[in-house]
Amino acid sequence: MFRVGQAAMIASGAALVALAARQRSWPILGAALAGAPLIYRGATGRWPLPQSLVRRASEAVAPAPVETAVTIGRSRAELYAFWRRLKNLPRFMRHLDEVIDLGGGRSHWTGKSPLGFRVEWDAEIVEEREEQLLSWRSLPGSLVHSAGTVLFEDAAAGRGTVVRVSMELVPSGNALGQAVGRVLAPLTEQQVREDLRRFKQLMEAGEIPTTDGQPAGERSLINLHNPL
Amino acid sequence: MKAVCWNGKTDIRVETVPDPEILNPRDAIVRITSTAICGSDIHLYDGYIPTLKKGDILGHEFMGEVVEVGREVDNLRPGDRVVVPFTIACGRCFFCRQGLWSACDNSNPNAWMMQKAYGHAGSGLFGYSHMMGGYAGGQAEYARVPFADVGPLRIPDGLEDEKVLFLSDVFPTGYMAAENCGIQPGDTVAVWGCGPVGLFAIQSAWMLGAGRVIAIDRFPERLLLAQSWGRAEVIGYEEVDGVVATLREMTGGFGPDACIDAVGMEAHGTTVDALYDKAKQSVHLATDRSHALREAIQACRKCGTVSIPGVYGGLLDKVPFGAAFGKGLTLKMGQTHVHRYLRPLLERIVNGEIDPSRIITHRLGLEDAPWGYRTFRDKQDNCIKIVLKPDGNGGARRRSNRGHGGNGQARGEWT
Repeated sequence: MFRVGQAAMIASGAALVALAARQRSWPILGAALAGAPLIYRGATGRWPLPQSLVRRASEAVAPAPVETAVTIGRSRAELYAFWRRLKNLPRFMRHLDEVIDLGGGRSHWTGKSPLGFRVEWDAEIVEEREEQLLSWRSLPGSLVHSAGTVLFEDAAAGRGTVVRVSMELVPSGNALGQAVGRVLAPLTEQQVREDLRRFKQLMEAGEIPTTDGQPAGERSLINLHNPL
Repeated sequence: MKAVCWNGKTDIRVETVPDPEILNPRDAIVRITSTAICGSDIHLYDGYIPTLKKGDILGHEFMGEVVEVGREVDNLRPGDRVVVPFTIACGRCFFCRQGLWSACDNSNPNAWMMQKAYGHAGSGLFGYSHMMGGYAGGQAEYARVPFADVGPLRIPDGLEDEKVLFLSDVFPTGYMAAENCGIQPGDTVAVWGCGPVGLFAIQSAWMLGAGRVIAIDRFPERLLLAQSWGRAEVIGYEEVDGVVATLREMTGGFGPDACIDAVGMEAHGTTVDALYDKAKQSVHLATDRSHALREAIQACRKCGTVSIPGVYGGLLDKVPFGAAFGKGLTLKMGQTHVHRYLRPLLERIVNGEIDPSRIITHRLGLEDAPWGYRTFRDKQDNCIKIVLKPDGNGGARRRSNRGHGGNGQARGEWT
């Protein structure tokens, strides 16, 4: 979104540069040099600095939850029931190893990380409407902040159910959370979309299509032959 | 097992690879008795389809004997003889339930790749790049067949492989191309390309009531077969002064009611646009050479149909869209919904209405695949269709070619 602040930065930056161009004097050149980064920041939302210098400040801001939707040819009741059995979630969510339902709306989640860390947290269900909506989030003090909402709506023309998901998974504020959480977070839109696609495949086809474990001829490490 | 593996552009090798295993409950393993090289395999061979990897097993036209089934496959048993459709479909999604099997939502493990390129993903295909699912293909001794409970067609005893093998792709593809023309009794149908798909499109056009079929190619053996077996009038495009003008003449100025582009992305031509395509494609400035499509659009009568079974992959250059709009054409295209045609076309074979084996010119062992790809691509040795026999029944190359088709079948001249 292009905000007023950004427009103001571009405008003031451009004014300084324009002034420098007209006066052509040394002090004014300084103003031009000051103006250029303002234009850059206004246009891109970033200061023209190495990212390592600015990252510390931006990390305080949690990324927006990832939202995506898919249409599945099964009833709301069937889809809701499968999702509500939380232990089913790792069957289609690739970043999860295990979810144990502890009862009373509480659950224990184990995340998968590429480096072999186990990242665990407890979560609670914050809202539950039978066959319509399920919302959960990690308990305060967890290593990661994880939250999600799934909505089930009847699809038009008898095409089943539209499943809308909003999910976030970000490292919590403390240092350990930052370190551990970063290996699996944040969730990208691509990951969530693929999770949802696998959910659809599982519910419609009864299995998730795969080629893992099929034969192939000799591979090469780098696919020079066809980089695409 | 032995398998035909892609190792780079025009580099095909027969390698020893592990046998396939059941990976999902709806899988089956098939011991392959016959498998063919398809014209669309040539696009892979020439490196025009992205997302292939060194080591990928090719082949999507195959049949054989079921040797193992997953726990959810209750309609097949070891020992059944089956033909396997080249499109992989779950049978349960919105598209499959409408008979639009090649648009299956659930069979492509790499759907995201195709979605990025095309907006939505089509079904998985055997042996046809990772974008199309990355499934190992059927030019091998064995293949794993996903969703085996809805795909493979059981073949009655007594029907030899060669009569039914092409149900896996080229016969249904030619048939769907003709069906997409919406042929009215007596219509004139023009077919660009007398390769296997074009030849089956010609046969199918007659089945669907065409009054006249005109076939366009440049290779004598293909035109001869289109003329003799296909009963088509033929145009050797290197022999005439413009295909579009010739068609206009032949149809009394009307133009064909329907035009079928059974050529696709590697079209050849003798006109300026074809040379331009060739130059651009050779330096990767273009993905497709669309000469045949341009001619089909230009030649088609007003408010007629252009049906495109030929494969296109990317962004086409200089397609006369204005002509298509100006003449109110209908364009129909896409991967074949093979499952839809298996039973009806098997019935036509059983009834003796058609003998698909007529197009076979070469029978080879699996180890001769590299020679086969090259020969088929270059249309050498009068090659029209190659069948590979992984179980060794193909015989040595030199004594095996020359099938029923091609040579000796012609009646009359084609020029």
